[in-house]
Amino acid sequence: MLCQECRQNEANIHIVKNVNGNQSELNLCESCARKKDELDLSFEPQFSLHKLFSSMLNQGLYGKREEMLADDKKCPSCSLTFAQFGQVGRLGCSDCVAAFEDKLKPLLKRIHGGSIHTGKVPEKARERVNILRELDQLKDELQTKVQNEEFEKAAQLRDRIREIEQDIARKNAENEEAEHNQEGEEH
Amino acid sequence: MKQLEFNLSRWMVGSGPENDIVISSRVRAARNLQHHPFPCLASGDETEQVLKKIMSVTQGKAGFADFQYLLMDQLSELERQALVEKHLISLFLARNAKHGALLLRPEEDVSLMINEEDHLRIQAILPGLQLEEAWSEAGKLDDILESELEYAFDEKFGYLTACPTNIGTGLRASVMMHLPALVMTGQISRYLGALSQVGLMVRGLYGEGTEIVGNLAQVSNQVTLGQNEEEIITNLSSVICQVIEQEQNARQTLLDKKRDELSDKAWRALGQLKHARIMSFQEAIQLISDLRLGHDLGLIKEVDQKLLNELLVLVRPGCLQLMARKKLSDREKNLERPVRVREALDRHFK
Repeated sequence: MLCQECRQNEANIHIVKNVNGNQSELNLCESCARKKDELDLSFEPQFSLHKLFSSMLNQGLYGKREEMLADDKKCPSCSLTFAQFGQVGRLGCSDCVAAFEDKLKPLLKRIHGGSIHTGKVPEKARERVNILRELDQLKDELQTKVQNEEFEKAAQLRDRIREIEQDIARKNAENEEAEHNQEGEEH
Repeated sequence: MKQLEFNLSRWMVGSGPENDIVISSRVRAARNLQHHPFPCLASGDETEQVLKKIMSVTQGKAGFADFQYLLMDQLSELERQALVEKHLISLFLARNAKHGALLLRPEEDVSLMINEEDHLRIQAILPGLQLEEAWSEAGKLDDILESELEYAFDEKFGYLTACPTNIGTGLRASVMMHLPALVMTGQISRYLGALSQVGLMVRGLYGEGTEIVGNLAQVSNQVTLGQNEEEIITNLSSVICQVIEQEQNARQTLLDKKRDELSDKAWRALGQLKHARIMSFQEAIQLISDLRLGHDLGLIKEVDQKLLNELLVLVRPGCLQLMARKKLSDREKNLERPVRVREALDRHFK
């Protein structure tokens, strides 16, 4: 069989694509396949974010296509818009996630099933994350206690949750002040 | 700069658990630096800054003392392609990266890609089924780096990455499996289809959606958010163990029914590898697969794992050209390939 692209060399690479049940076949020679980028010798799994994205768009999860494209909300740090992200499928910096959190959440849920990180935490962030994880756990417990009508225990949990939340708020305020002072020094 | 040599990586020369079916295990963790735009959006100056920053915390430092530094723009296209074929860098780093670099341990088992799609890709590749060990190796480098650098990390979403498919743990674990008996008995598509149902990704040697070539399949996790590293690795390992069992059963069935045919196939493969004068890539890896199966079933004792792994890599186009030290046409590659195969066999049988 001859290569479908150049029609000169023998087609020795046969690519069968199956996208949602639509099967298509491609018969190429090695050099054409390489040009077509179909040949990827790396280990890195390819994932069609574009298809997932456009399917979510078509299902109206992001409103109308025009609305999304017209949405000019930008990431404050790198100026990437959500519409641009939709086209390239790559975020621009570490602040993009916070900037587009509402829209990214359903996408992440679609890709991963889960939407909360439960794995490794860098040493520097560990204390804070442990507190937040404890807080989540206590809130779950509280709900169970309330459902089981164990009100005394529920009240204890509620107090503990308040304590932690106040602690977090105090630390946040301290951090902000510290940052503010630091900025003042830099100026 | 000295030209890159064709070295044998640890996954090729070493041995590991389930080595007759699992050729190698690989883990990579994606990491980014806070306050620096991700490489795809960054300017040349910004990627250079990131490169310098990472170099400053690694060069000559504990844990990185013997690492080799390879800057992508100082390597030839052939050298980069050979690194891709040895699974040491990605195609993306080879082709697109601005100020891309590879930090590589001499054993070629642990490495660091800089300015790929993310600022950092820490990876470990080991022989056999050793996903936990690979994660432990990569994790050690990660620990050193996180103490020196400010990682982009979010309390809810974990490690932040350029592509949403990597957010969370940033962890991709994968194994390269040799599954000739499942292919021969026609069961392969059933099993591989089932794998994608449980959130794993299966690809041929040539990538997603491609046919299994040389009876080699790569299986990896898809989910990185919502499961921790241990869960990701345990899930993948347990599924891999089931595939191993199926392959072993299929091998036993073949051995019971077609022992002579398999032996004949393996010896013919060795004969062709020894004496052929023109050989395509597809033909070469099919022959290597036949020979490997014969070796694994104890039908042919004259070859070993190391030779088979070496052959598997050196027949690839980039490695062939690296050894020839020039670009070759398809025809020239098909002529060069048996020469290199013979050299490797001669060294082995000497």
